[in-house]
Amino acid sequence: MEGGLVLLGGGNGGGGGSSGVSTTESAVLSKVEVVSEACSYPAETELELGLGLSLGGGGGGSTGKTKAANSSWGECGRILTAKDFPSVVSQRTNNGGPSSVTVSGTKRAAESVSHDSGSPTGVSQVVGWPPIRAYRMNSLVNQAKAQRGDEGDSGIGEKDKPKDALKKKLIYNGKQTSSATVNEKGYLGFVKVNMDGIPIGRKVDLNAHSSYESLAQALEDMFLRSANSLEKEPLTMASKLLDGSSEFVLTYEDKEGDWMLVGDVPWRMFVRSVRRLRIMRTSEANGLAPRFNESNDTQRSKPI
Amino acid sequence: MQKKTAYSFPDEVLEHVCSFIQSDKDRNSVSMVCKSWYEVERWCRRKVFVGNCYAISPRMVIRRFPEIRSIELKGKPHFADFNLVPDGWGGYVLPWIVEMAEAYPWLEEIRLKRMVVTDESLELVAKSFKNLEVLVLFSCEGFSTDGLAAIAGSCKNLRELDLRDSEVDDLSGHWLNHFPETYTSLVSLNISCLGSDEVSFSALECLVGRCPNLRSLLLNREVPLDKISNILRRAPQLVEFGTGIYAAELHPDVFSNLAGAFSSCKELRSLSGFWDAVPAYIPAIYSVCSGLTSLNLSYATIQNPDLTKLVSHCPSLQRLLVLDYIEDNGLEALASSCKGLQELRVFPSDPFGAEPNVSLTERGLVAVSLGCPKLQSVLYFCRQMSNAALVTIAQNRPNLTRFRLCIIDPKMADYQTLKPLDVGFGAIVEHCKDLRRLSLSGLLTDRVFEFIGRYAKKLEMLSLAFAGETDMGLHHVLSGCESLQKLEIMDCPFGDKALLENAAKLETMRSLWMSSCLVSLGACKTLGQKMPRLNVEVIDEKGPPDSRPESHPVAKLYIYRSVAGPRFDMPPFVWTMNEDSV
Repeated sequence: MEGGLVLLGGGNGGGGGSSGVSTTESAVLSKVEVVSEACSYPAETELELGLGLSLGGGGGGSTGKTKAANSSWGECGRILTAKDFPSVVSQRTNNGGPSSVTVSGTKRAAESVSHDSGSPTGVSQVVGWPPIRAYRMNSLVNQAKAQRGDEGDSGIGEKDKPKDALKKKLIYNGKQTSSATVNEKGYLGFVKVNMDGIPIGRKVDLNAHSSYESLAQALEDMFLRSANSLEKEPLTMASKLLDGSSEFVLTYEDKEGDWMLVGDVPWRMFVRSVRRLRIMRTSEANGLAPRFNESNDTQRSKPI
Repeated sequence: MQKKTAYSFPDEVLEHVCSFIQSDKDRNSVSMVCKSWYEVERWCRRKVFVGNCYAISPRMVIRRFPEIRSIELKGKPHFADFNLVPDGWGGYVLPWIVEMAEAYPWLEEIRLKRMVVTDESLELVAKSFKNLEVLVLFSCEGFSTDGLAAIAGSCKNLRELDLRDSEVDDLSGHWLNHFPETYTSLVSLNISCLGSDEVSFSALECLVGRCPNLRSLLLNREVPLDKISNILRRAPQLVEFGTGIYAAELHPDVFSNLAGAFSSCKELRSLSGFWDAVPAYIPAIYSVCSGLTSLNLSYATIQNPDLTKLVSHCPSLQRLLVLDYIEDNGLEALASSCKGLQELRVFPSDPFGAEPNVSLTERGLVAVSLGCPKLQSVLYFCRQMSNAALVTIAQNRPNLTRFRLCIIDPKMADYQTLKPLDVGFGAIVEHCKDLRRLSLSGLLTDRVFEFIGRYAKKLEMLSLAFAGETDMGLHHVLSGCESLQKLEIMDCPFGDKALLENAAKLETMRSLWMSSCLVSLGACKTLGQKMPRLNVEVIDEKGPPDSRPESHPVAKLYIYRSVAGPRFDMPPFVWTMNEDSV
């Protein structure tokens, strides 16, 4: 078995110290030696002033280290490599040996992302990458929606589209899967959440959740835990938002501008139509949900 | 006694001389000459820029500079733009407004970037600063149209209201009605960020009509195409204009109306907006194209040949923002028609697509670098790059001051040689001696940082992602880049060693951001405890970092110098590593 980290391609062989350059067909996997160091690295108690750096370690001969590193990797981070970006690599050399240690940037934002969200597609799962502002992302999604003929925020809506838009539609049709992925699973899952009584809203990433329970839990953590001095009211959400036992209910505004109670439609349908969320006082939620009544001990079965 | 009068100016003279000194750096130098110069300077400073609102407290600013008329504050770290900073992190402006309301009643200008601004803050601004002329809220959030109504209603001297890229809660479009009928001083209005229902057209038209000095008007997306003509006709003196959505069914009347309206604006130099633009209406702007110096088409969906044709109509262009629909061919055309180009930004139209949807490669950028001798500032998203191209660009354009390259897929190697892009970026820093801002991407080893540390002596801001191999990389940067102010790093294998060895360097910088790197909790604590003038903040949404071993890497780390000590407004997911609190 090849030593530790995957050495790819010919030329550079076991390039001594730290900067082994991987020149290979795949060309994207790169050695990340220091990763193994971090886990076994003793905590520094003294500042080392001066330049006496000896970072030659971690090079070729770190077979054992890497293996060990791999097992403790559960706790440490991984550095992303090509494996996380299948789109990049035309031919990947899969030696079958221990893969280079990798960080899951995909899970960074919310470790609660359940695996049934699907495997990463391209770069869409990495928070912060590519470095495009949320505002611009929104526009891109709106454009994609418009070109696929969805209703919604684009404003072109019902009218006949000029020929060129049609042409664009053709281009996008070829990419339909990926655009759909952006909408359903892509980066753009952030919706605003406001809670009655709290002046500053928050944002939640819908893509980090695959069920109402998970979302409600996250919201409860967000608003219940924050001991922000700017809040004007104490939070008394002792119990869950979804089952009617709290003094607050979770509502959302859909694409048509209507306010609905969260939980009535299948999750995926909800994700596609939600524009923003509001944690509303129960007393104000009358007329929103026909099934809501004052009985506190009615446990509702949660929709899937 | 004779000596004294021979060598010292009366204060009034020094003050007069100072009034010509506008740059902060120079003012700071003046203040360090001697105590009496320090005193004179602080009483006559009118403008202050606080690059990090947590680096100093409002009281300290007020104590030193009692006569400020203009203040600029920045809050969240830059990576907040890309959703890396959780909501609720901080950057609240209210404490500043509260203090300044008392100390600076004559405040004229407030400029905020990446701060949380509540309606309460805006109402206080409206109440306290009767002379307010400029309010810029750049990438801010937390306020609604109610706050804007308060400003509109009270600030009689307001000249400039700029809300660019801010997130505003839409409650009512009628806030514009709060500008009294007698109000006519508007010079610049940027409401491009507002959503639907946030602007009443009639109020807007009225406002535009009665403000003869209006020079800059950037509308929001919801203003339909057919409303633009009315507005333009009321403001033919406009220099800068941003349309709303630039799409509609083609009606000859609407078109000729629009074209006529544009042609009546003889001073127009800058255009933007163009959301979802359709080619049919593009010719309506041809009459102003020859004079345009700035064009923002980054929300326009038009493609070639229409896009290239449009750009070729604008020979005076100095600044172009565009989607990658322009493709290499379009950029080559740009290079031959726009010889005065200084800034180019090319954004991706489909960043998440698995395959490229347009033919935009390094070729386009090389062409522009060759054809545009004044090119200084580049932001370029693409899917492939080569060392050869980067070297060529560097040699063609040694006058580059800002170079941000984003190769969309992380860790892409040189597509020709399959080598890392170290040498290419090395050439950039070596040739472009005045480079102030650099963003790297692609496959990069420690070597590129060696080059950066050696050559990038004027570099002030560096952004890294998925780069480097060992701590040496970070060490090269921290020890070599003399002018470094801001360093932001995501997903790089940099850990404790380089950070601790260069701890002193951090006090000479504004801030350091590291997320998904390998800095251990222990190192953060060490740094926080040993460096009292640094605020070392660990951001972790999963729970107290103490619940994990000290060798465990922290999720996100934000270090910044501060004379104000650890902040008081940290949310539950931010932990300070400074001594008192640990």
